[in-house]
Amino acid sequence: METHLSRYIWTHTRKQQLWILLVVALSMIPYFLSFDLPKQIVNGPIQGDGFETPGATQPFMPISFDLPIVGHVDLFSGFELGRQGTLLALSLVFLVLVIVNGLFKFYINTYKGRLGERLLRRIRFELIDRILRFPPNHLKRVKPAEIATMVKDEVEPMGGFTGDAFVQPALLGGQALTALFFILLQNFWLGFVAALVVALQAIIIPRMRKRLLVLGRERQLTARQLSGRVSEIVDGIHTIRGHDTSNYERADIAARLGYIFKIRYDLYQWKFLVKFLNNFLAQVTPFLFYSIGGYLALQGRLDIGQLVAVIGAYKDLPGPLKELIDWDQARQDVQVKYTQVVEQFSVEPLIDPKVQEVSVEPAPQLSGALAAVNLSLADDGGAKLIEHVSLQIHPGETVAITGGTGSGGEALAEAFGRLTWPASGRIVVGDNDIREVPEAVIGRRISYASSEVYTFQGSLGDNLLYGLKHAPLTEVVYEGDRAAHRRWELLEAKLAGNPSLDINSDWIDYAAAGATGPEDLFAKVRAVLDVVLLTNDVLALAVRSTMDPVEHADFAGEIVDMRGALRRRLEDEKLSDLVVFFEPGSYNIEATVGENLLFGTVTDRARWEQALENHPFFKTVLKRAGLHEAFYEMGLEIAENVVELFRDLPPDHPFFQQLTFMTSDEIPVYEGLLQRLRGRPLEEVSEDDAIRIIRLCFGYIETRHRFGLLSDKLMTKIVEARSEFSDGLPADLMGIIEHYEPNRYMASASIIDNVLFGRIGHKHTDGSDKIRAIVRDLFESLGLDGKVLAFGLDFDVGAGGKRLTAGQRQKLNLARTLMRISDFYVFNQPLLALDQRTQDRITRNVFAFLRDENRNPAIVWVISNPALSELFDRVAHFENGRLSKDETAQTPAKDSDYKELAS
Amino acid sequence: MLLKDEVEMLRRITLFAGLPPAKLKLLAFTSDRVLYGAGESLFHQGDIGDAAYVILSGKADVLVSTSTGPVKVAEVEENSIIGEIAILCNTPRTATITTTTPLEALRIRKDDFLKLLADFPEMAVEIMRVLADRLSQTTSELTEARSRAQRVEA
Repeated sequence: METHLSRYIWTHTRKQQLWILLVVALSMIPYFLSFDLPKQIVNGPIQGDGFETPGATQPFMPISFDLPIVGHVDLFSGFELGRQGTLLALSLVFLVLVIVNGLFKFYINTYKGRLGERLLRRIRFELIDRILRFPPNHLKRVKPAEIATMVKDEVEPMGGFTGDAFVQPALLGGQALTALFFILLQNFWLGFVAALVVALQAIIIPRMRKRLLVLGRERQLTARQLSGRVSEIVDGIHTIRGHDTSNYERADIAARLGYIFKIRYDLYQWKFLVKFLNNFLAQVTPFLFYSIGGYLALQGRLDIGQLVAVIGAYKDLPGPLKELIDWDQARQDVQVKYTQVVEQFSVEPLIDPKVQEVSVEPAPQLSGALAAVNLSLADDGGAKLIEHVSLQIHPGETVAITGGTGSGGEALAEAFGRLTWPASGRIVVGDNDIREVPEAVIGRRISYASSEVYTFQGSLGDNLLYGLKHAPLTEVVYEGDRAAHRRWELLEAKLAGNPSLDINSDWIDYAAAGATGPEDLFAKVRAVLDVVLLTNDVLALAVRSTMDPVEHADFAGEIVDMRGALRRRLEDEKLSDLVVFFEPGSYNIEATVGENLLFGTVTDRARWEQALENHPFFKTVLKRAGLHEAFYEMGLEIAENVVELFRDLPPDHPFFQQLTFMTSDEIPVYEGLLQRLRGRPLEEVSEDDAIRIIRLCFGYIETRHRFGLLSDKLMTKIVEARSEFSDGLPADLMGIIEHYEPNRYMASASIIDNVLFGRIGHKHTDGSDKIRAIVRDLFESLGLDGKVLAFGLDFDVGAGGKRLTAGQRQKLNLARTLMRISDFYVFNQPLLALDQRTQDRITRNVFAFLRDENRNPAIVWVISNPALSELFDRVAHFENGRLSKDETAQTPAKDSDYKELAS
Repeated sequence: MLLKDEVEMLRRITLFAGLPPAKLKLLAFTSDRVLYGAGESLFHQGDIGDAAYVILSGKADVLVSTSTGPVKVAEVEENSIIGEIAILCNTPRTATITTTTPLEALRIRKDDFLKLLADFPEMAVEIMRVLADRLSQTTSELTEARSRAQRVEA
């Protein structure tokens, strides 16, 4: 990258800089005209210069000039205007000049701003492009947060500086020189003195500022490290707390902040010292003028008029000079930042841009073998991971790499996956070094998966198809405004040196997945999810999500229809007791008392709590239904039980997670409440206290809490009161409750709850698993599984995939690899987070899947379970970084041998 | 069965006998009551252990899978606790439990169980005693089996 910012700016914005310079020069004309005008207005029409006699007129806007040889030229003799007329005319001209000046300023500022923003875009893109091409060993050393700050914050001032990079010095330098020249004209010696002081300023101040730059660089470095540390703290917060090292971190941060403070304070001191000196030098010149000039004038060697003119002209010198020095400071400042950033991003050897060139063509099949040739790999510290290994994997061959952790097999697999570069030797495919073959070929025809997974924020489906997004394959046709916008986008991208690849294009390479388009891609997704045993997880995610029944009206209808089918199915399998369905006429023993009473769910918790306390509706209905007293008694019992159970536990005890009635800080409140209320009839209890007790009932589930509080009679009463809640609900409470209706989809409930339309019994430990299996089966038999799965693929996996378990992430990563048809699959223990049994199952599935459909890709698999080696053609065994055994796997004759021996 | 009945059941188990009734009630409250039909499995050998079970009623077989198929090594019945080893040592289940009659059990989640052990050292001691008992029993069975094997060889 270019090391000098000025040169970088000049290379990329030469034409624009020259244009803006021209415009600035042009803008000077009205600018200087407007200087002269006020004097004319005051002297002329206001003070009456030239209007001495009443009715006198003056020509307005005469155009005449003197030319050598030709003499006086009179182009236009002007309008003859009276005193007031001239005042008005001159004032209007002043207004016009104000507007013209303003417009010039507006144009120049926007132009400069745009120039700066374009350059900023260019720099940022170039930096990120470099990150994409960093060699692997460098990536291990950099901290993501530091790199991110550099791209985001540190280059930002460069954009602001771009517009001023050349215009400012030209303009201000011009102004300063003009002033200096004028002084010199008036009196050579005074001009000489002024020039000397200016020269002094120009030499000393930048030198002093050198130190400022050094400090500035340090400040930038420490600030960047601080941001790296902060992100480390956030990432490692559990480790920090787990090891009780938070105070160590505090100490570290305090030390860093102290250091940053010291640098910043130094910076201030020095900065203001420089400022002081600068101001002093600027002010010392007039002192010299007054003293020396005055002395000369007294002696009669200098004309007083000249002295006044010199002092007047000098007023115009410090302004531009100061700004010029400020500009220089800004220049050095951004130059320092720029150098810093460029240093960080000048990493050798970067991957050649040709290797990553966009290719919309399908990648050709690799015909040669993938081979390590005399390969040695070293870690960052230089320790050898593997030494002089040669291993060839022929197309279609399956090779197991064994040897366990640290033996070198994993390192070899990483090298095959281009995660590390050889210390010596080569990795070739056919005859070419894999680092020189375009990624468009290698990245598509060799697929690598390890247990180190990166899941991008977005939907599960996006992550699954991520490995197919190599190039924009369709040309999007834009119309109307969007077409105009696209043209603008392309133009701007070109001007800022960005690529014109269209993010809105369909990037999914269907052919690479063995599909023809979006329609049959889903079948492949399905198959791959089945292979890695992720289908169940995705379905589970899908059925737990909610859905808008208006948007998906058909599907909602189908789900409502499933309710009957589910019942029949459960009856057929004699599992009717697994789910207790919501029936308008009977009490659901597995649901809360609240749900049973409302026969619906509360959709707006906050409003519900409020209504419960304040709204007279609940109380009157409860009283009318004869439940008021019963609920009060029941609430008291619940409170007694809960207080007894949880009284002694510390507030952060994990058992509180199972307490649904109240929070840990409410326990003492209820304890006090109980002492007050015990033994007193309901009539004597205040309304507020009664509500606090009664609300406990709403969360009670007899089968879950087992306090023995629900009698048949009470249940019947609750069911009878339901209609009051559904029919008599006042208008202002509408929308708080969504009622259960057997023929309607409930928007606030998840898909599974909508299918069940009931609650799973507590007594079956694996009840929810069983139900899920049955529901899944039902979805399949009704042909709805695809639709459900699509909802699961929409699941947002969160930042870094944190909403998935580690196992799910690894499965997803493997699935992502399998989505693409490749010639070589390199698997580096991709499923470490799973238990051995599942790992084995998935390994076998993957083999069956990749061997299916007459495909015959080569598979290299670093396996931890030696029993799996029977699946492979060859086993390469590593020990201490060397290939110790490379043999064709024995045909599974072991069993028969053993049997022979036994007999 | 209500919470207070469960407390009565828990009290009869040696492991919990020393606990104050309020704590037993808390244990019962935080646990799930689960129901199995005959022939169902509470857990399988090799699973990750996430809970221990106290059998309230019913019987079950303890099966260990070997190369020749599952072998029954013991039988458990009401008032016994099972599955606590896997949650104590973080190891996969060492055996499969399959019911022989309808069975009702209290399922104590791993975290709750460990928390209880931390809160009540006397329970931890009791656990140690039970485990030591089992170990000595297993050792004597092993010795017996070895000597039998030697006799056969001789």
